[in-house]
Amino acid sequence: MQALTNRVKQVDRKKLSFIESLYLPAIIKGMFITFSHIFKRKPTVRYPEKTRTFSPVFRGLHVLNRDEQGRENCTACGLCAVACPAEAITMEGAERKPGEEGLYREEKYAARYEINMLRCIFCGLCEEACPKDAIYLSETFAPANFQRKGFIYGKEDLLIPNPVTEPEAYAKAKGGRVAVK
Amino acid sequence: MFLSIDTAVIIEKLALIAVVVVASLVIAMYATFAERKVAAILQDRVGPNRAGPFGILQPLADGLKLFFKEEIIPNFSNKFLFILGPSLAMLTAMMTGAVVPWGDKIHILGRDFSLQIADINIGILYVFGVVSLGVYGIMIGSWASNNKFSLMGGLRAASQIISYELALGIALIALLMVTGTMSLKTMVVQQQAHWYSWNIVKQPLGFLIFLICAFAECNRTPFDLAEAESELIGGYHTEYSSMKLGFYLFAEYINMFISSTIMICLYFGGYGIPFFEHTVAAHCGTNWLAFWHILTLLFKVACFLFFFMWVRWTIPRFRYDQLMNLGWKILIPLSLFNMLVTGAVILFHQYGWHF
Repeated sequence: MQALTNRVKQVDRKKLSFIESLYLPAIIKGMFITFSHIFKRKPTVRYPEKTRTFSPVFRGLHVLNRDEQGRENCTACGLCAVACPAEAITMEGAERKPGEEGLYREEKYAARYEINMLRCIFCGLCEEACPKDAIYLSETFAPANFQRKGFIYGKEDLLIPNPVTEPEAYAKAKGGRVAVK
Repeated sequence: MFLSIDTAVIIEKLALIAVVVVASLVIAMYATFAERKVAAILQDRVGPNRAGPFGILQPLADGLKLFFKEEIIPNFSNKFLFILGPSLAMLTAMMTGAVVPWGDKIHILGRDFSLQIADINIGILYVFGVVSLGVYGIMIGSWASNNKFSLMGGLRAASQIISYELALGIALIALLMVTGTMSLKTMVVQQQAHWYSWNIVKQPLGFLIFLICAFAECNRTPFDLAEAESELIGGYHTEYSSMKLGFYLFAEYINMFISSTIMICLYFGGYGIPFFEHTVAAHCGTNWLAFWHILTLLFKVACFLFFFMWVRWTIPRFRYDQLMNLGWKILIPLSLFNMLVTGAVILFHQYGWHF
């Protein structure tokens, strides 16, 4: 029969010779193969102690961004919620009162901002949609909780630490990510 | 001394029994750990490394887990036999250690303690008697489970062990013709003389047959048809849970340990230190010599246990007909041939050509 590819190997069905029928040569050969694997490098990454470096476009849990003075970027425009294909984002806008200029960058801000992490598919469209650079996907992943409602992340879970008052926590949350513009 | 000599002997033996039992339990425990580690390393994995440094507390965790599991005795099983099965497996596994010489002797409180529980002159026959009882543990347990898969596994174990015990025995007869003794202690002493006086030099074929049969006796891969997971769920221990399952699994490792020591005593000079026996004996006191002897024996055992695991993670399981063919059509004729040749050589050695 015509073979479809040139990788075909015909099965050899000839009778085993006496030496072969003892199985021992083949067994010894196999034993040496497994023995050689003792000295091979283990590909395992010992996870909790060591993590692999993420690619620059890795998409983990969301972070709500602040600017350099610690003011929230989000203006509750709703573009992220519109862009979200999984409809995971809900928000409520509010108007900035006089005296709150140190808290919010623009006149409008998100009073409530929730992302349902169980619905989210981590596609990153919210990050693309945001005109204010207010939301981006971090390198944190694999959240764990005992209840489903624990996965609905509110503003207190999402907001990045204030760069003015807690610069270390801010730097840690920011991670090694470079802004891809 | 306020102890009469008989009481002293009883205490000495009881202490030795306790030490041997505890030691073989600990070694079997760490054999399970070593098995997982060796398997992992041979497959380019890391293996258990979470419990304690390098995972050395893993066997404790495993044991604890087994103790806390629910103990299930199936409704339609024979309860007495169901419990008797694993107990018997464990008992026979532990009993074999009685005739193994773990070392020569130690000298404490002005008395010599022999490091062998019982130096009986039919030592190896005793081992065989006990080992062949081991199959009852599997048979009874599998039958009492009232489960077809279990029974199948038990039947396989029984037929396999019976077939391979024949070849094992015949291979051993050839060895006994060479050594002229059945006491393990005497055999070990005979092998201490030179490096080439190890029985493997005189009986390489016999050793090979013995080794293959020992694998079969221990129900180890490639002969683990009795518990073939892919065919029989779990084989004879399908219905077992908790520590009763643990006993079965544990008995396998103790069997491995004991059969390694038996093979070492028969073919690899027992506790004798290769090459340096006389040097060490000349420079050490009795107790230190005994210490080195035990260490040597344990080292040899470790090598054997590694070999057992190495084979397990290399060779796939036999098909049942291949198993029977190998046992009856190859190993038994081969061992008979070995016995014949050995007998001829011994006769030639004694009488030259004039017989």
